[in-house]
Parts: sequence; C-alpha cells; structure tokens
Amino acid sequence: MASGRVWKYGDHVNTDLIIPGRYLDDYNAASLAAHAMEDIDPSFASSVREGDIIVAGRNFGCGSSREQAPLALKAAGIGAVVARSFARIFYRNCINVGLPVIMCDAAGMFNTGDRAEIDLAAGTMRNLDTGGCVRFDPLPDFLLEVLEEGGLVPYMKGRLGR
Amino acid sequence: MTFAQRVLSRASGRNVATGDIVQAKVDLAMSHENSALVLSSFREIGAERIWDPSKVVVLFDHRVPANTIKTAESHREVRSFARGAGLPNFYDMGEGICHQVLPEKGHVRPDMLIVGSDSHTTTYGALGAFSTGIGATEMASVWATGKIWMRVPETLRLRIRGRLGTRVRSKDVILNIIGQLGADGADYRCVEFTGSTVDAMSIASRMVLSNMSIEMGAKAGVCFPDATTDRWLAARVPGWSGIAADYGQNAVPEEEAEFDVSSLAPQVACPHQVDNVCDVTEVEGTRIDQAVLGSCTNGRLEDLEAAEAVLRGRKVHRDVRFIVVPASREIYIEAAERGMLASLASSGAVIVNPGCGPCLGGHQGLLAAGERCISTTNRNFRGRMGSPSAEVFLASPDTVAASAIRGEISDPRRL
Ligand code: SF4
Repeated sequence: MASGRVWKYGDHVNTDLIIPGRYLDDYNAASLAAHAMEDIDPSFASSVREGDIIVAGRNFGCGSSREQAPLALKAAGIGAVVARSFARIFYRNCINVGLPVIMCDAAGMFNTGDRAEIDLAAGTMRNLDTGGCVRFDPLPDFLLEVLEEGGLVPYMKGRLGR
Repeated sequence: MTFAQRVLSRASGRNVATGDIVQAKVDLAMSHENSALVLSSFREIGAERIWDPSKVVVLFDHRVPANTIKTAESHREVRSFARGAGLPNFYDMGEGICHQVLPEKGHVRPDMLIVGSDSHTTTYGALGAFSTGIGATEMASVWATGKIWMRVPETLRLRIRGRLGTRVRSKDVILNIIGQLGADGADYRCVEFTGSTVDAMSIASRMVLSNMSIEMGAKAGVCFPDATTDRWLAARVPGWSGIAADYGQNAVPEEEAEFDVSSLAPQVACPHQVDNVCDVTEVEGTRIDQAVLGSCTNGRLEDLEAAEAVLRGRKVHRDVRFIVVPASREIYIEAAERGMLASLASSGAVIVNPGCGPCLGGHQGLLAAGERCISTTNRNFRGRMGSPSAEVFLASPDTVAASAIRGEISDPRRL
C-alpha cells in the first residue's frame, strides 16, 4: 500500500530529466535526490514529501540505464511511479531499487496535489480527493516479492548461497 | 522461431514462446564506470566471486581521463577490484567506448545473449547478438549468478530498401525511422533490421541502426549475420568458425513495417527529443556554436572519413568549436596513420582522446546556457550536453561537418 500526494507529468520524461548526467559522478542517494527532476520541475526536490506519487503518461524513464534515476526519486521520498507505459530499463531499475512501478493510464484522473492511494497487490489506485478509482494488472508474484523485500539487493542477500 | 525466441530458448534451456518470462544464462556481461555502483551492490548482496570472470568485461570510457576527484576515486576502486578478482577482460581508460571496444576485441558473436549496464548495449545486435541494457544492481546479480529474468519479446521486423543517395547514411535512415515510429514505437520489442539497404551496409553502419534502436524503446536491435558479418568476425574473433545458416530470418514476426529510403534526405533530430526529426532542409541556416563528431553511434572510421572528406581543404567556421572524438584507440591510430586526424586538425577540429567525450555532458565540451550544438551522438534530451537551456541537434557525420564549416545547420549535399 502506498499513499501520498500526486506529481503529474506528461509523456516521454527521460532519465536526463530525472537526474542529469552532470551529477552522475556522485553515487550518494541524498545528493542525487537534491537534483531529482531539476531540469523539468525545479520546485520538485525542495517540496516533494515522503510517500508522494508520480503519475505520468507514455514512455516514462526513456533514455539511459542509469540506476541513479529511480534512486534519486526514491531518495527524494517518492513512494511509487505510475505511468501509462515505461521504458524497460527504467522499469526494471525501479523494481531493483525497491521503488514500486505501476503501468496504468491514470493521468486523466489526477492533478498535481491530489491525494492518491495505491494497493499494489490488489491492483487498484484511488484518488482520495475525487473518489475515483482505476485498476491495473498487479506485478508477477516474484517481482512483488522483490519490491516487498526492498529491492534486488535485500532479495538476493537472503537467497545467495542457498 | 524468431531470433529472440531462438536465443532465449537456448539461454534458458527450453523452448520459449513470446510473452514467457524465463531465467536466462548470460553469455557476456559488460559494464563501464558504473561498475563502481555494480561493485557496491555486489558486495552488499554478499557475493564472493564472479560467476565466470571470462564472461565479464569491465572498462572505463565515460569520464576518461578522470574529470573529477570523485571519478578518479571510483576508477581506482574498480581498477583494484578488477585486478584483485583477476578479470581477464578489464580495459582501463584509453581503449575507447564500450560499444566499439567489445566488438573490436572479438568479445561479440552472433546468437549470444549479452547484457550491459548501458542502454546502448543494443549496438551488438549489428553482429547478430541479442543484446540489451540493464541497471547496475541487476548487473551485480548477473556477476554473482550469471543469470537474469527476461520476458521473451515480440518482434518488429523493419524491411528497409532502396539505395541511399550521396552523403546520406545509416544515421539518416535510423533518425527517419525513429521520427516515424516515435520514441516508444518499438517499446519492449526485438527490432530486426532487414532489406537491401541493410544488406549493403558495412558493420559500422549497421551498428548505428542497432545502437539507436533503444531510442524507439527496443529491447534489442538485430541485423542478421551475412557474408559481411562473417568477414568482419573472422578478422576479430579467435577461432571463428563461420556464421550459421539460420538465425530466424524466415520466422514470422508479430509485426512488420517497410521503409523505402531511396529518396531520403539527410535527417536532423531537433531539440529536445530524438523522435523530433525533419529533413535537413527544414532547419538549414540555424546558427550553431559547437559541432561534435563521435560517440558509440558515429565515432567510427567511416564516420571520421566522411567528415574529413567534407572538410578537406576547408576551415571550420570561426564561431564554431568542432570537437572530434574517435570511438576507440584502434580507430584513433588508423585515422592518424591515414592522415585523417592531421587533416581534421588543420581544418580547425579539436581532437580529444577516445571515449564518450561530451556525449553525456560529463566533460570535454559542455554547452553554456542558450548555446546550440549539432552532434553525431544519439540523444538530444534537455540538459544532456550541458546547460538545460542549450539545444542539441542530432545528425550524420556529413551534416555535422558541413554545418561546422558554415557555422549553421547545412545540407551536406549542397556544399
Ligand atoms: S558515447 Fe554517449 S551514448 Fe555512447 S556509451 Fe558513451 S555516453 Fe553513452
């Protein structure tokens, strides 16, 4: 279950917008978070709150394989990313760093600032301000498990050498 | 079976169908500077050794020589790990861009399943490998286990026919296709590049197609091996035994599309999206401050050759900084021996060491606010090459060279 305020964006939000290349020599999640979404939304990093949710259009996260993109969003406090479609590497990276991703065409139902609630296992997303609800296909079980354990590192840690 | 089904069936040890999720054995795993991130996850998961050091390649190309103290420190850490772990395929700075160096050194063969912690890992599809990008943490898990989960993708076969006109190249073909299909036009799918235009292309030109297939969202971008591939591999791969008869060319793909490129004009991708493509004639006259020739898309010998042919005996416009980045040491040496580097430098080019150069906005030619650049690289996203208010236009080596001379975007056919 995730709930928080919505940040809404359009189509094709690329990884350079999520975290620009000029910050990539730094692997520290907190310093990455300070620059998250800087080139598309300069107000994001300073006003995002723990648990907030990104709702976007098509092809979210297109571009590079930089894991710093989901890391920056997660460290900034984002609790889930919802988009009509995702670029595949970004999608995998989110699961691997333990950031829930949901493929769902929800942009029409939300405005920036609306409060949303997501039930990952049931596959539902609600707008707590308007009462609207939208359904999505839940992730396959083994990916939900990776997410529940907080990402691929904790997931592997428990399983390596078994 | 399609190409994708064949490779993933072999790699997972069972006959797969499109849509299946499989555990596949990886044949080759590449990572560059982000090996530092891979390494920290690798240690965190408690892994002790790399599953098969002979199948791992690590190199530095994004920030070479080190551009900041942080980079120098992370290089040092990876370097000492690579030496300690006895990685036989560790290339320190100076060999060039991963996507040129791996094929050059004979690591890439048809039918392989290759993963790299870089989105342009699709490039190796030009030699008939199923090759795709992953993130750093996932690479750590590959280092530890040699395996990865994958969904067997649908196939989109592109039949490209027609002879390319003078000063029109594979870069123009792929930009045009991305412009038509869109930045997510091939999402999740395995793209196959076929047809007479592709058959006539060199391996370097095919690499441009496979490289940029990620810019329309493809999981892999493949050119079927043929006599050209065979000759190329024979010169590179130790013990090469020749190409197979069948790579899935005759399978029925989920979708097909046709492109006739016989009357294609040079193409330009305008800011700030790769699929924002038009004929060069529509943006001719746009003033530029910088021109870049290089990257894993167009930093190969034939690209330097094309630009040099346009520039020979001419000068770069006095208001333009023209930066040339050979993709690898091998290319650098050959271009030097053939006199191409001297000729480019005489025309006014600044030639920097092999590597990614300014492509990702790390160093070696960042843009100031409001500046404009035309580049042979593969991404023009806002902020990609420096200031978020700078603009990047993408084009072929010929168009970039012609524009460098005139100081404005120019049609290379009319020089
Ligand atoms: S040249 Fe550019 S696109 Fe290619 S690997 Fe380097 S940074 Fe990435």
